[in-house]
Amino acid sequence: MAALFPHGWIHYLAGGLLIGCGVSLIYLCTGVAAGTSSFFSAQWSWFSRLGFFRQERWREERGWRLIYAAGLVAGALLWRLETGVCLTTSVEPRRLLVGGLLAGFGARLSGGCTAGHGICGLASLKKESFVAVPVFLLTAILVARLLP
Amino acid sequence: MKRAAAALLGGVLFGLGLAVSGMVRPETVLDFLHLRDMGLLLVLGGAAGVSLLAFQLAPRLLGRPAFGGSFEPHPGRLSGRTFAGAAIFGAGWGLCGVCPGPAVAGLGAGLTALLWSVAGLALGAWLHGLYQELAG
Repeated sequence: MAALFPHGWIHYLAGGLLIGCGVSLIYLCTGVAAGTSSFFSAQWSWFSRLGFFRQERWREERGWRLIYAAGLVAGALLWRLETGVCLTTSVEPRRLLVGGLLAGFGARLSGGCTAGHGICGLASLKKESFVAVPVFLLTAILVARLLP
Repeated sequence: MKRAAAALLGGVLFGLGLAVSGMVRPETVLDFLHLRDMGLLLVLGGAAGVSLLAFQLAPRLLGRPAFGGSFEPHPGRLSGRTFAGAAIFGAGWGLCGVCPGPAVAGLGAGLTALLWSVAGLALGAWLHGLYQELAG
């Protein structure tokens, strides 16, 4: 156990269960399988003239997706206020930017990210998610390993 | 209004879970991707496990969502884009250790550097819109 989880495992399981409760709550109340990468596409519908972002779908979703994102920030802020811990990262800005760009494009092309495919898609037993999850896990492990 | 409240509360639980599990921090994700700590699988498994129960049982027990709408699954189809997109997503995720949920939630945990990833994600989503426009 200590070899697999050098920092302990209870907080991982507790966090995962909380995430599952959040996703389930939204599903039980609204029927929406709430991934997170669609947030970015939906927000472009406020500004962009591209026909793709002017679809009815994004106009309908953008409002509640913004509220959902505000909830994500608020939940982490709550944790920060309770624990008094303010996190930092040593990953360089250019890496965060380029990695984000690839992740954003890829998630939208694939139809989901770690939440949309990894949590909601698997829970819905969608076949494309059972393909996407192993593909992105293996690619990510490979890329992380190959890069310095 | 009730649907907005559900989105907010669900988001709060999601963000809290990402912070409690440490997944908002890129280093925690990178530790998993370097196979030094299997925590991420426990987070993903726990979240997917709870959701599996809800997604599979709710349509049978409730019939329809509490605040209206329906449990009809979002139509998706398996195509080359599912593969290519997942591989590109994985490359970006492996490069920086950040995916969409943690990028947004991390801002609440004090990780202001994640604004770089939020900008990247937004740009990537825009490029996808442009790609869809050009490629159809």
